[in-house]
Amino acid sequence: MKHFEVLGSGCKNCANTADLITRKAAEAGVEVKIDKITDMGEIMSRGVMSTPGVVVDGKLVHAGGMPTAMQVEEWVAS
Amino acid sequence: MYPVFEKFADWATYDILRLVPETRLAGSVHFFIQDVTKIFFLLTVIVFAIGFFRALLTPERVRKAVAGRSRFVSYPMAVGLGAVTPFCSCSSVPLFIGFLKARIPLGVTMAFLIASPMINEVAVVVLASAIGWKYAALYVAAGLTVGVLGGLLIEVLKLEKWVEEYVWKIRMGETALQKANNSLKARLAYAREQVREILGRIWIYVLVGIGIGAILHGFIPQSFFLKYASPDNLFAVPAAVLIGIPLYSNATGVIPIVEALLGKGVPLGTVLALMMSVAAISLPEMIILRKVLKPQLIATFTGILFVAFISVGFLFNFLVV
Repeated sequence: MKHFEVLGSGCKNCANTADLITRKAAEAGVEVKIDKITDMGEIMSRGVMSTPGVVVDGKLVHAGGMPTAMQVEEWVAS
Repeated sequence: MYPVFEKFADWATYDILRLVPETRLAGSVHFFIQDVTKIFFLLTVIVFAIGFFRALLTPERVRKAVAGRSRFVSYPMAVGLGAVTPFCSCSSVPLFIGFLKARIPLGVTMAFLIASPMINEVAVVVLASAIGWKYAALYVAAGLTVGVLGGLLIEVLKLEKWVEEYVWKIRMGETALQKANNSLKARLAYAREQVREILGRIWIYVLVGIGIGAILHGFIPQSFFLKYASPDNLFAVPAAVLIGIPLYSNATGVIPIVEALLGKGVPLGTVLALMMSVAAISLPEMIILRKVLKPQLIATFTGILFVAFISVGFLFNFLVV
């Protein structure tokens, strides 16, 4: 199972990012767990200053906006 | 400037809708159709092009570039990069903390945050298409100057005490800059995504702005503006800035209103002061920044911008006739 964390203060883009991951994972038939990290100290400690950011299995893979569908597909498949 | 959109609006208004030229309704409808087609066309093309070439400036890169520089370099750099670096307004808080943690002075950080909503490359192109490159350049110059002076003033007043204490205590992890995938396919996908995200976010502001512009253009007589917003009326500029404070729109959304007001003979300074106020000072942004700034700093910041926009208005009304 893949563990995704979406870093962001809870804005619309962050919610959309989480939705996109859920959808792409379902399409690929991959089991995922998605946590939304909204605590600012926690977000900053990951070295992210532009949100939304995405962490896959503990590794930061993206920051600074909605990821594209293509990126999400790659993360889900990797 | 873009005759194809005017011709299209002529055709749609007079041939399809069969409105009688020179009537108020026809004037409004024509303005609306012309601006909707022109602005959304420009928006799509510019956002796509910028997304494709991805001269992608991320806030992380800006932070790295600005940190540790002397003030002569860091202030102009912060406002210049603030104008062209895209970031979601919900990123203001982590961005603010991240800048301070890199020992970038509070003044420089605030200069970045002031310039960012006021100026962006999309708004500048749309503004130029509406009122010409000369006036658009004046707007940019004024906006950058306000950003630098506003930031410097915050630094001189030593307002660090009005930053929430927890901000100084946050420990920040190492920022990793990711490498972008530069294949053609990835660039196209990214550019498409940008168009969808940015237009999805601002279309409503732009549409409402065009609607208001169209009503002003068609239904409010010029004499109304001559009476209340002539250059001789010293209250017109402060009033324009005051009206702009509670109103919020994306910078691009104000442009149709700017266009309509200038067409009615409202002086340039008054109109640009309104545009700056609407774009730069907004309640939602203040609420977001309240998480890191104490109310005193938010009040001071708003006060500085209020005075700065009024000065810009008077200066332009005085200089440009």
